[in-house]
Amino acid sequence: MKRRKVDLADLPARSAGEIDDRLQVASPLRRLFNKVFPDHWSFLLGEIALYSFIVLLLTGTFLALFFDPSMQDTKYNGSFIPLRGIDMSGAYRSSLDISFDVRGGLFIRQMHHWAALLFMAAIVMHMLRTFFTGAFRKPRELNWIIGILLFWMGFTEGFAGYSLPDDALSGTGLRIASAIMLSIPIAGTWVTTSLFGGEFPGHVILDRLYIVHVLIIPGVILALIAVHLGLLVKQKHTQWPGPGRTNSNVVGVRMFPGFALKGGGFFMIVFAMIALLGGIFQINPIWLFGPYKAAVVSAASQPDWYVMFLDGSTRLMPAWEFRWHMFGNYYDIPPLFWPTVVLPGILTMLPIFYPFIEARFTKDKAVHHLLQRPRDVPTRTGIGAMAVSFYLVLLVSGGNDVIADKLKISLNAMTWAGRIGLLIIPPLAYYVVYRICLGLQQHDREVLSHGVETGIIRRTPEGRFYEVHQPLGPVDEHGHGELPYAGWVVPKKMNRVGALLPTLRGFFKPVETVEDVENEQSSNAPVSPAPSRHHEIGTGGRS
Amino acid sequence: MTANNRPLDPGADIPGTVGGRETAPDEQPDTSRAPRDGRPGRRGVFTRLGAPRAPRSRLRRRAWAGARMVAALALVGGLYAAFAPNVHAEDSSTLSGAAQQGETLYNSSCITCHGRNGQGVPGRGPSLVGVGSAAVEFQVTTGRMPLNQQQSQADRKQPMFSDDQARDIGAYIEALGGGPQLPNGNDFHSDGNISDGGELFRVNCSSCHAFGMGGGALSSGKYAPSLSNATDRQIYAAMLTGPENMPVFGNNQLTPQEKQDIIAYVRHQTNDQDPGGFGLGRLGPVPEALVIFLVGIVALVFAALWIAGKS
Repeated sequence: MKRRKVDLADLPARSAGEIDDRLQVASPLRRLFNKVFPDHWSFLLGEIALYSFIVLLLTGTFLALFFDPSMQDTKYNGSFIPLRGIDMSGAYRSSLDISFDVRGGLFIRQMHHWAALLFMAAIVMHMLRTFFTGAFRKPRELNWIIGILLFWMGFTEGFAGYSLPDDALSGTGLRIASAIMLSIPIAGTWVTTSLFGGEFPGHVILDRLYIVHVLIIPGVILALIAVHLGLLVKQKHTQWPGPGRTNSNVVGVRMFPGFALKGGGFFMIVFAMIALLGGIFQINPIWLFGPYKAAVVSAASQPDWYVMFLDGSTRLMPAWEFRWHMFGNYYDIPPLFWPTVVLPGILTMLPIFYPFIEARFTKDKAVHHLLQRPRDVPTRTGIGAMAVSFYLVLLVSGGNDVIADKLKISLNAMTWAGRIGLLIIPPLAYYVVYRICLGLQQHDREVLSHGVETGIIRRTPEGRFYEVHQPLGPVDEHGHGELPYAGWVVPKKMNRVGALLPTLRGFFKPVETVEDVENEQSSNAPVSPAPSRHHEIGTGGRS
Repeated sequence: MTANNRPLDPGADIPGTVGGRETAPDEQPDTSRAPRDGRPGRRGVFTRLGAPRAPRSRLRRRAWAGARMVAALALVGGLYAAFAPNVHAEDSSTLSGAAQQGETLYNSSCITCHGRNGQGVPGRGPSLVGVGSAAVEFQVTTGRMPLNQQQSQADRKQPMFSDDQARDIGAYIEALGGGPQLPNGNDFHSDGNISDGGELFRVNCSSCHAFGMGGGALSSGKYAPSLSNATDRQIYAAMLTGPENMPVFGNNQLTPQEKQDIIAYVRHQTNDQDPGGFGLGRLGPVPEALVIFLVGIVALVFAALWIAGKS
């Protein structure tokens, strides 16, 4: 039998052709592969969240193979000596087994937990970037709202995961959650008893949280991510203003091959970082907390960082209880209701409606694809600073007992500082940040009008000293620059306008030689004679 | 009120009687004076003895009276010497060598605040009568006493006295008024059951000293200290005496065996290496929050700066 010769060079093209004959994917894939990503580090923050979510799915699948959400009483007989012979739930026993008796289990468990913290941290960083650069404006309001929903889904998913091991810490957290639900007027009792299947803790809550944690919320998060990214492709990326960048184009690298390589590499870096954290830093040592018992509440019982701000708001809330008589019954709103139900409600609704509120106040109905620098929108930046400082006061107050203990501050003083700070710091932050924005703008305008400082001091014949300024463009009869304020980076050093050669490219070490740059650029230097390269070699500063 | 009070203190109405009985020496001058006054009807042991005799010369009477006076004084003085200073004699004779050493140390370093004989000084230091040697040993071997300054709570610091000196002071305080004492020996953990101790620790201790034994904040600048430097004897003494803001866990609350269980658990956990890597002080989610931002996010932002452009 004679074998036909296969032309290896022709193989990819031919097989791709065969696939396209059957699936007709060439045109949509071509559109996708040609999608342009603007090249700026701040666009990668959301990707950290995406990649840590992938790590969460991978490590979570591993953990699910060994975890048992049962609340049945068993006796522990595993390798961890201090808990041998202790009665505990099946959930806690299997969590201990994952930590001590499953090969690599503790490492994967720690990776899973660190990835969860990183997922939420990256979501918040990404949200801050989106807010402060105005990327949420029309037409992207929907994606902004989806992002907020993703935060709250991650919040709930994280809390459910935190509750699953059934150690004393997670039981304490679950008890607080049930108290929060109970504090809701009228509906609270019904919500709590139906969720817990009766009185706390009951026998079903872990089974329910388990399904919520491994199926329902991950499904919702996946769906929301799909819509988030679909809208991103449909509406295209925003980009910073700059040469050649307009409201109707996107400048950057294409999805394939440039961005796919960068993104793939970044995924590896995020994965490695999570593995590093999971291998080096111990997180949530459940074996120290012991099995959950209602009487066991350890000092330094905190939720994970993304829930900690609600713990802080609870600690700062004065004990104001509302009680009234109606229809022959006494009704009662416990103080817990305000910081843990009302406050998060406000903190969800305000950002959801913020894009529309801002558009209404600025009367700006236009479609925006170009980002704004924070300094160019001082009001928004100030509001953002106000929100961030409000959140930080709550976050710090959530850990105030640990801070008080380790820094030797009175806990009472910490609580009062938090209460006063929550009211005073946000307006102060607004004012300070607003003034800083105006100051930065002012400096940009000054350079546009008077030029770049050259560092050359001249003395006139009559004895006056002045510094020579390099105008950035054409000047009017008074010597003032005529360039308009464009809301983008203004060069403020002479080597930014070509008086000195740009430094060598390269992050850790130069990736080009002095000769390359001199051959390429020395003839273009606007000052004559062109300065020598040899005393101007430095690192960083890619323009 | 008055009707109820009367039967309770009948002696209050006749204080003179009580005083008269006690002051036996007051009768002596009366009896010695009786023959001189020449009143034979006077009652009394010495007067009766002297009554039937013939009158003597003035000089002899005077000499006899002087001799009786000396004898009476000697008798009274002897009685006084036999009974009254007895307490003092007992003290100095029964103080052990250790307690005497302790008394010397006490008088040089503790007396300023705790006063003479451990009776306390108002506004400076409490009375130590009845606190027992366990409390002294805890306070002195952890360096809390002598105190640096008056504040919400004494801090653990470099101890000023050796363990032996601390036990000497303890022996002295024990001699002053008794109180809880530690068992002998330095090893209270070998016989303890770690699992039982862990159960007891989580219920009784972790709400202040925290799950990882790193300590925790209490109100107004007070705190529960870390247990990582505590010795077996110190932990035992702390449970027995409840120093600073700690409640007392007497032998009715936690039996000696349970105390040893807890000590065994504490020693096991403080000596245990963290199996998951660097333990971050075992302080729970607060340092974890710092790590995820200061290490995780910072490193990944640098990675993003490396991969993508900056402006």
